[in-house]
Amino acid sequence: MIVADRKSLKEILAMVEDNKKILIAGCKGCVTVCNVGGLKEVEILASSLKIARKKQGNDIDIDIKVLERQCDTEYVAEISDIVGDYDAVLSLACGVGPQFLSEMYKDQIFYPGVNTTFFGGATRHGVWEERCAGCGTCAIHNFGGLCPIARCAKSLMNGPCGGSSKGICEVNKDTECIWDAIVKKKMEAGKLEDLIGVKGIKNWRTARDGGPRRSIREELVQGNI
Amino acid sequence: MSELKSGSNLEKVLNAGHFAFTGECGPPKGANVAYLKEKFEYLKGNVDAVNVTDNQTAVVRMSSVAGSALMIGEGLEPNFQMVCRDRNRLAMMSDILGAYALGIRNMLCLSGDHQTFGNHPEAKNVHDIDSMQLISMVKKMRDEGKFLNDQDIDVPPKMFIGAACNPFADPYEYRVYRLANKIEAGVDFIQTQCIFNMDKFRDFMKKAVDMGLHEKCYILAGVTPMKNAGMANFMSKFVPGMDIPDSLIKRLKGVDKKDQAEEGIRFALEQIEEFKEMEGVAGVHLMAIEWEHMVPEIAQRANVLPRPVV
Repeated sequence: MIVADRKSLKEILAMVEDNKKILIAGCKGCVTVCNVGGLKEVEILASSLKIARKKQGNDIDIDIKVLERQCDTEYVAEISDIVGDYDAVLSLACGVGPQFLSEMYKDQIFYPGVNTTFFGGATRHGVWEERCAGCGTCAIHNFGGLCPIARCAKSLMNGPCGGSSKGICEVNKDTECIWDAIVKKKMEAGKLEDLIGVKGIKNWRTARDGGPRRSIREELVQGNI
Repeated sequence: MSELKSGSNLEKVLNAGHFAFTGECGPPKGANVAYLKEKFEYLKGNVDAVNVTDNQTAVVRMSSVAGSALMIGEGLEPNFQMVCRDRNRLAMMSDILGAYALGIRNMLCLSGDHQTFGNHPEAKNVHDIDSMQLISMVKKMRDEGKFLNDQDIDVPPKMFIGAACNPFADPYEYRVYRLANKIEAGVDFIQTQCIFNMDKFRDFMKKAVDMGLHEKCYILAGVTPMKNAGMANFMSKFVPGMDIPDSLIKRLKGVDKKDQAEEGIRFALEQIEEFKEMEGVAGVHLMAIEWEHMVPEIAQRANVLPRPVV
């Protein structure tokens, strides 16, 4: 899923500084799963903002709404009746959400309430880790099912570099060296031969380097499915 | 004597069977040519080639290609370092051609220290290709006369291709195979990370020799003289991939502070003597970090002077 972190209250307060009435729009998708933009978080943020603004002697009206998904025009359309009632809308969806909202409601101001960070998952309660870089050409089967593009600080396809120490990446003591894990997995499986030889140069055209991407499923476009 | 690939002095020295002795020079944090020329003087005549570092430790400095060209102008042979952190494949191929056009004949292919260690940690890194792939790219440019896209190069760059190897990084048991991969990629010579743990390096070289790797590329052992016990302690604790035995720190601490530099040099000289005899080791790469003025004395005392003229 897409993982995000909420922006600080200070940053959000600065964004809505000139607004008297806002809508906070949550999303029931990934940001609900990673506890940053679901109903609970939307309610907490609304209360926090109201209290902070009250302290400033500058009350703010806040309504809340949690959309099924903000990355789907069908659900974004659900707020068409009310979106014009506010000075601004603060979205707690990933970076896709406020853009879909901006594209549909051109006269409204949308603020991003979260920082979208990565594609990953929860490794334990309250901890999410990156797993995928969305490079557009998945080859993890060549690396013991572990992605060096997303998980090596240098995206090495022929690692590990000289900074790997006791299974830890030199860049951060809390980050495992994924190449250490790849090598150990292969060695334990008696598959060292998979790591003999040079892995060829990657074609980045399928990644963001080829420009903004689009995925077309013809059968769906044509309405056959 | 086999056919020369680049005709560089370093290649000729190694090819003739001499024990090579290379040095290192970090360009200035500015365009201070006088500073560079002063460093060159300490290295001139004392080493076969000098590594010119490429924004080492991710700190911005004068470019390695410019530093290398200035070095040629002063009559020294550079070993042009290139890291994968700062350039994509277009910039790399372009700089390799430019380097060759300026007379550079050796290059060292490296991943590069991560930018979080440097003085612009906010920077975006590149890593379009990795160091292994860089080696194969330079080989393709040299031997096939082709760019990565298979188009012809008008006057290919004939580089003597080097790379680094850190036997002290983990997982240790894989390191010799990674060296073998670099050889398969096309490396002609290797300069190892600074060696302090001699037991481990002996074991590593035995493995490399057992696999015949020393017959497929020249392996130069990395030596860094310690200036004092504090430096040893710092490197042990804070420099990634360093393996500094407690016995060395103890040895340095065992003498008066004013004598610690001499003790560090003595240890380096003992290492060099052993490397001269160690099977598979073709030379020494001396990394006297910001201590270039000691190179003449170290070379003299290591009995590697005069350098061969081939």
